[in-house]
Amino acid sequence: MKVDSFRFLPRAFRPLYEGRGPFPGEEDAVWAPFTKRLAESRIALLTSAGLYLRATQESFDLQREQSQPEWGDPTWRRIPADTNRSDLAVAHLHINDEDLLADPEIALPAKALAQLAADGVVGSATPEHISVMGYQERSLEGWRQETLPELIVQLRDQNADGLILAPA
Amino acid sequence: MMPSVAEERKAPRIVGVEFPFGHAFGMPGDERMQSQTLLLALRVLAGAGGPGTRVDHDVEWPVPLREAYRAWQPKEASPIVRQFLEARRSLT
Repeated sequence: MKVDSFRFLPRAFRPLYEGRGPFPGEEDAVWAPFTKRLAESRIALLTSAGLYLRATQESFDLQREQSQPEWGDPTWRRIPADTNRSDLAVAHLHINDEDLLADPEIALPAKALAQLAADGVVGSATPEHISVMGYQERSLEGWRQETLPELIVQLRDQNADGLILAPA
Repeated sequence: MMPSVAEERKAPRIVGVEFPFGHAFGMPGDERMQSQTLLLALRVLAGAGGPGTRVDHDVEWPVPLREAYRAWQPKEASPIVRQFLEARRSLT
């Protein structure tokens, strides 16, 4: 089966995504070999669904996005791997959040990963996973300058061997 | 969800899923589907032989297209979509 990337996208938006090529200066292939066995590796998850901890974390800044439609909040949130579904909220203006609230595993499958670790498929999961809000300004400047360096530090602190990035 | 865009952006390892936005790992409540999608992503992470590896998940979304297309979209258009639609309307 060949996946149709635009199956669920409104037709008018297709030209905004298709045929844009790599970002300037990012034309070369990106590669880091994965040298460990999966069963000995610690895995982290990153979702761009805008999940955050309802009681203890700030929402992603949707008010500013409302007033500046081309801006998206570039900050990130730590999501403990054992977080209960009811403790999560969603801040994302570009998707319907009903299914995400009903079952956050569709975006951040922390329990599924924990089960794969218990089954010995992966070595372990990181104690914390990562959530961002996927709508970002086109230049990605905030991401490049601040978010990404912080995420690298976080993943190293968590001794992650690999990261599964899940777009929302 | 948009593997061809990820290819254009030079993502090193890609798993393509033909699922609606907001549902990267599958249907809510379907633990088997979610786990299988995650497992494929892990296999591609560990097993890909070089940059640009793309593996498409051979799973069809179990909801009729028209219904699924409507269901993933927010109840109110996002600010940028509103702006886009207003700009388009002003041209007609």
